[in-house]
Amino acid sequence: MEEKTDAIRLPLIGEKAPDFEAVTTQGTLRLSDFEGSWLVLFSHPADFTPVCTTEFIAFSEIYDELKKRNTELLGLSVDSVSSHIAWIRNVEEKMGVKIPFPIIADLNKEVSQKFGMIHPAQSKTETVRCVFIMDPESKIRTILYYPLTTGRNMKEILRIIDALQTTDKHKVATPANWKPGDPVVVPPPGTTEQAEERTKEGYDCKDWYLCFKKL
Amino acid sequence: MIIVPCVSPDGKPTKSGIATLSALKSGASTPKAVAEITGQPLFKVRSGLRELVNAGFVKQVDDKYQLTPEGSKIVA
Repeated sequence: MEEKTDAIRLPLIGEKAPDFEAVTTQGTLRLSDFEGSWLVLFSHPADFTPVCTTEFIAFSEIYDELKKRNTELLGLSVDSVSSHIAWIRNVEEKMGVKIPFPIIADLNKEVSQKFGMIHPAQSKTETVRCVFIMDPESKIRTILYYPLTTGRNMKEILRIIDALQTTDKHKVATPANWKPGDPVVVPPPGTTEQAEERTKEGYDCKDWYLCFKKL
Repeated sequence: MIIVPCVSPDGKPTKSGIATLSALKSGASTPKAVAEITGQPLFKVRSGLRELVNAGFVKQVDDKYQLTPEGSKIVA
């Protein structure tokens, strides 16, 4: 007999993210409201907690850089909208930082469960530190998971967006530790004929399968 | 609970709601055009227009938005 389960299948890289409608600090928003922009959807464990506060300040600090990249930010935790409002007012009052992006109040855990943001072995009630980077068609392009105790690296989030946008624009890949301005990797050839041609195409080739070029 | 960015609990448009209505009055008819005029992020305009439609200040015809008589009174 087939066993019935209520397991939710998590969205994976390359798939369109599941749409949702959620209460946020900037009104009731749908994921589809963000179509046309890149989106960083991130969860944090709870309001009024130390690591999350440092992250929110850090996310606010890269907000203008994200806007330059046509990218919006959307936070989430299993807290009420009143708690979110109280916390961001506190951050502004005590730390002098205004939080410019909306935060989902996911009290019923509907969105966090859709995106696999609750890892019960870490916490049954709080979301871990997830980052979903989506493109303008709401397709998931990157998924990052951090444990409760480790704050995220904003430079890496910006670097990933730069790499994805560079890849889309120029049909190339980006090597380890790539940053804007560095040489990019030319996609490997798919046939022996292309492999032979590759070394004659003026790229900086270490061998037929590893060629770099400057943009 | 539904929280609306453009309409207050008393049913009146908020500051950003009035900005959206003013943009529609000046000829904008798409979320993108409203966003350009008001300087609000596109996601917020889309959400706000939805709420203004539900509150009866704006009507949607296909992909275009326009003021209702009720909405016109607000920005008269």
